[in-house]
Amino acid sequence: MNDADKKRLLKEMIFFRRFEDRTFEAYMERKIGGFLHLYSGQEAVATGVLEKAMLGKGTDNDYVITGYRDHVHALKAGAPAREVMAELYGKETGSSRGRGGSMHIFDPSVNFMGGYALVGQPFPLAAGLAMGCKHKGSKQIAICFLGDGANNQGTFHETMNMAKVWNLPVLFVCENNGYAIGTHIDRSTAVKDQYKRVCAYDMEASQHDGMDIETVMEAAEKAIDFVRSGKGPYFIEFMTYRFRGHSMSDAKGYRTREEELEWEKRDPIKIFSKRLIEQGLITEDDIKAMEKDIDDEIENDIIKFSEESPEPKVEDLHKYVLDDDPDPRWIGPLQQ
Amino acid sequence: MAEIAYWEAIRRAHDEEMANDRMVIAMGEDIGVAGGTYKATLGLYDKYGEERVIDTPISENSYTGIGIGASMVGMRPIIEIMSINFALLALDTLVNAAAKIRYMSGGRAQCPIVMRTPGGTAHQLAAQHSARLARMFMSTSGLRVVTPRGPIDAYGMLKSAVRCNDPVIIIEHEQMYNLKEEVPDEEFFRPLEGAEIVREGSDITLVGYNFSVHLCLEAAKRLEADGINAEVLDLRSLKPLDRETIRKSVEKTHRVLIAEEDEAPVGVGAEIMALINEDCFFALDAQPVRIHAADVPVPYNARLEKAAIPSAEDVYQGALKVMGKI
Repeated sequence: MNDADKKRLLKEMIFFRRFEDRTFEAYMERKIGGFLHLYSGQEAVATGVLEKAMLGKGTDNDYVITGYRDHVHALKAGAPAREVMAELYGKETGSSRGRGGSMHIFDPSVNFMGGYALVGQPFPLAAGLAMGCKHKGSKQIAICFLGDGANNQGTFHETMNMAKVWNLPVLFVCENNGYAIGTHIDRSTAVKDQYKRVCAYDMEASQHDGMDIETVMEAAEKAIDFVRSGKGPYFIEFMTYRFRGHSMSDAKGYRTREEELEWEKRDPIKIFSKRLIEQGLITEDDIKAMEKDIDDEIENDIIKFSEESPEPKVEDLHKYVLDDDPDPRWIGPLQQ
Repeated sequence: MAEIAYWEAIRRAHDEEMANDRMVIAMGEDIGVAGGTYKATLGLYDKYGEERVIDTPISENSYTGIGIGASMVGMRPIIEIMSINFALLALDTLVNAAAKIRYMSGGRAQCPIVMRTPGGTAHQLAAQHSARLARMFMSTSGLRVVTPRGPIDAYGMLKSAVRCNDPVIIIEHEQMYNLKEEVPDEEFFRPLEGAEIVREGSDITLVGYNFSVHLCLEAAKRLEADGINAEVLDLRSLKPLDRETIRKSVEKTHRVLIAEEDEAPVGVGAEIMALINEDCFFALDAQPVRIHAADVPVPYNARLEKAAIPSAEDVYQGALKVMGKI
């Protein structure tokens, strides 16, 4: 990785953190409604993995799909930040035209195929995206990000089995933050190391530190190469931590302050900042200036755009339920 | 023009659509090497190969989800679920995903899947193979639900469903797979929307869908002998419903009976009655009647099963009641 890339990645992670922090404020101001699940603390995973994916080619990108904690995955996949924020504001200019909200960011123009609220649902959808890639004979792969909690869904086992039987080009990224909503993994899951669970399906798998972006990138590159070369699915587990609650209504009564402080020492942004400072690539002041630029962009461009964008029209309530412009040859109505 | 069975019509539609577009695939339990429980994909594994006629493990929710994911990137999967009872396992991916992805993406993604499944009672298959869940799917926004009553619709509606950009649930029926009908040799399509008047009449409208259309037709013959001229209306599509055709027919006959093999509560008949109340209440000359299954899990015992499921005799008796003859 060259120096410019290092600085860019640091800036991206800081941007993602500040973006999430700003959504927290907007939520408190009641500009954002519904549920809001923030990614703070886990930035190195989505940023590092997707840095090694095929992106920047629009609909020729690798496909990315995830659960409801989806803002950062969408942003890194290439969804415009203005549109992601406008979606949280419920605006017509949002990624999902204000119909999806925080948990359902979609941007198929960059092959970001959605955030889903049903824990475990993206597993089969991802395998299906991969089946499409394979069927078309393209080099694209599908990348599915989910938490450790999702692995206790039946879809996990069903999909791992089929992905392996059919040799599908899909990378499952397990972001193990230790909690399924508010239940610690020790109390919900018989096997602690999630990557070991796919041994049951004879799938390649590995486990890595998810707080160090360079570790993530190195591991992700190998896994992505494996999948893209046609060797079949791969399951990669990253040990990470979410700094905020499960969602905004979470008082975090299930974990100790000591545990949080322990993990905060391993903040992916702090680790990477420190390293770049030590390498002489950047100074504390540079980082402060970077933060200021980011905050200005978020406030003066992204938030402004979201505030000023129009809401969806009530007369469009029934739009997008079914194909709004169907072919009468297939749809009818029937001529009596 | 040749007389072919319902299963052959479905098989022909698969074959033509798969030949026409290599993005069309079939998925399901035992549909490949074994040729399908209902023979709907017989011979297609040999013709199109294992990548396009896919034998799945017994994992309904996830193989349906895989079909949905594949459809989001341009494939056209036809998913067979062996019995509608097993479709309950796939409700998460069908109802939470396929039905909602277009909407919650603001129209930016779509799931053009077809899910075919038999959804009726056969003979003594007992409670876990005899569910009729049409009413459940028809209450889900974002799905199309159709019920072909014979080979012409089975063929023509499956072909339309494959080409349509929406998720389509096709509810077939175990007792119809061997039902025969003259089907034109040349390719044709039958639209997914629109009820059909399959027998014109003036005295009473008998509304049916799926297998119950045949009960209505049989009852209509008997009513004719009694001097009652019944009109038979096949709903064809349960979602969306063609309320216009229902209204016109009721305004013509002023009397209506709805025959459903499903249980009555929150059912197809309840919905049709509500629509009639809203659309043409003052056209009615008599209280409408619903003929429906007993509100019990379907029993194994043949005598009990028969008592639980509506018959042509039940439709006939119900029609006489609407006509004020009993």
